Amino acid sequence: MIYLQLFWEFFKVGLFTVGGGLASLPFLYDISDRTGWYTHAQLADMIAISESTPGPIGINMATYVGFTSAGVVGSVLATLGFIIPSIIIVSIVSRFLKKFSENKLVKGAFYGLRAVSVALICAALVSVVKISLINIPLFQETGAILDLISIPGILLAAACYFVLKKWNPHPVFVLGGSAIVGILLGFVGLM
Amino acid sequence: MKELLELFLAFARIGGLTFGGGYAMLPMLQREVVENKGWATEAELMDYYAVGQCVPGVIAVNTAVFVGNKVKGLLGAIAASLGVVAPSLVIIVAIAAFIQSFSELEIVQNAFAGIRVAVCVLIFTAIVKLFKKAIVDKFTFVLFAIVFALTVFVDISPIIFVIIAAIAGIIVKCVKEGKAK
Repeated sequence: MIYLQLFWEFFKVGLFTVGGGLASLPFLYDISDRTGWYTHAQLADMIAISESTPGPIGINMATYVGFTSAGVVGSVLATLGFIIPSIIIVSIVSRFLKKFSENKLVKGAFYGLRAVSVALICAALVSVVKISLINIPLFQETGAILDLISIPGILLAAACYFVLKKWNPHPVFVLGGSAIVGILLGFVGLM
Repeated sequence: MKELLELFLAFARIGGLTFGGGYAMLPMLQREVVENKGWATEAELMDYYAVGQCVPGVIAVNTAVFVGNKVKGLLGAIAASLGVVAPSLVIIVAIAAFIQSFSELEIVQNAFAGIRVAVCVLIFTAIVKLFKKAIVDKFTFVLFAIVFALTVFVDISPIIFVIIAAIAGIIVKCVKEGKAK
């Protein structure tokens, strides 16, 4: 029963995601590996669209993964599963708000959690790099180190980084610009 | 009932009009919650927002639950959080359905090959910002390095790391404070 499973998987994501929407990424890769509902490449595209549309990124990704896995009902169930832990936990916390934020145990837990959250997002970045900037199958075939990295990909990444640092535009412009470069250069053939 | 509907609509506006969530949402929250509706004071909103980052889940939803709770209890919390997610559901499902039917086209595949490169860079810049806030001493750096290496090379559920990190953080903080005394 994929609907129940989707709800349960996203309930767990909602319960263990700490530190904002991007922190849910490693959990989404984990679900992809275990269930095969969607591929890593599809997930990378979902991240791009979630960053370019209105609404919290975490919610957008849950909705998108739910839809890809099991249609409209799937998207509703994934989103509900994702937010129900929040509703329960925050409703409890709001009864003793001041005590909570000054609690020693809470502070200690978040001291460790923030570090792990960054590590998990880094690992998610590695997964995206694997399907966008490096070509492992080609490298295994030829053994040439130059075949491992995609030069056009690296150049485009450098350009994106420069634009972000220099003008700090909204991500949608960087994503849109990269889409145009991809179309004009025929990026699939260059990889 | 009228208040629940108002909560739902106000948070649907906030969800539907903010790109990127997180910090981008704060000005919208201030306008709707503090200035237009008077549901919370500026100071209360800042508390909700700060604690909203320190509990599991998405910051936008956590803040909505706080405000909803204050206005109308648990039902208010449910109405407000459903409001935040409603625009995402509609917009994403529409886009996803559209892309699904065109994903085979060469032009779409080329566009996404380019977009994935940009996604790498966006995640990287987000990590740089988070890294400075989270990796503050030797312990956090070691924790970061171990979890990163294990996640990349071994197949372990992230849930286990989250639980271990919370416990390790509490222990290390307690030991440090013990030494300080």
